[in-house]
Amino acid sequence: MRDLSAARQAPYVAASPLVRPLPPLTRLLLRGGSDALAAALAALGLPFTEAACRAVSQSDRSALWLGPDERLLLAPQQQLIELTELLREALAGRAHCLVDVSHRQCALEVSGPQAAVVLNCGCPLDLDAHAFPVGMCTRTVLAKAEIVLWRSGERSFHVEVWRSFAAYVSKVLALAARELSP
Amino acid sequence: MLLINCPYCGERPELEFVHGGQAHIARPGNPAECSDQQWAEYLYRRDNIKGVHAERWRHVHGCGRFFNALRDTTSDQFLATYKVGEQPPAQPRKATA
Repeated sequence: MRDLSAARQAPYVAASPLVRPLPPLTRLLLRGGSDALAAALAALGLPFTEAACRAVSQSDRSALWLGPDERLLLAPQQQLIELTELLREALAGRAHCLVDVSHRQCALEVSGPQAAVVLNCGCPLDLDAHAFPVGMCTRTVLAKAEIVLWRSGERSFHVEVWRSFAAYVSKVLALAARELSP
Repeated sequence: MLLINCPYCGERPELEFVHGGQAHIARPGNPAECSDQQWAEYLYRRDNIKGVHAERWRHVHGCGRFFNALRDTTSDQFLATYKVGEQPPAQPRKATA
């Protein structure tokens, strides 16, 4: 499927060295009690933690904490069927809600020494490394749009944005990045 | 920007939150036994307090959870936040000027 929103964001993103679109991913939104979440993450080979706003990663799979009963599971695009099979087995008989949101969202990476400054142009969170360490993730707002923000490295952030907001968010980020570029 | 302390996520900017009306309003156990007057009171009558008010808030652009807050309606200061189902703290943090 050709992603028109992603196509529209291309010119803005291409103009900015700090912001780049990430390849399509498998995204699953899982909601359930602690037992269901723990079973699901164990099946995917991920450690389970109840710590708020923390992402766990193992090789190419990640689980982002979005709420006490909610996790966003990210994996490479070709793992969708494998993941759903694993989860169906692990979650059988447990109350849960599992939704494939792979095409609802797209991802951007903001990187470089100024990454936090660029994001702070639209996001009011404290993105200092002490307040928002590597591995922290949360749903928040960027300008007028809702995003999921995940600090994937000291100088890089993974931004999940709903597809129809993608052009807007990339424009906001690219504009901020342009202001900061020498 | 006003910071609100989400009981799950910690201090967050106010624009991640929405107000959810007055807190601690219990639905009558058996609505069929209520008079129209009692049912209307439950549905529509709300306190309009000048001072400390218990309210529901939702961290809609965050963890998505409802929680309760004690807010001073004159100063817009949040005195305490606590999870749904918990009792409001007896001695909320004193407002700082």
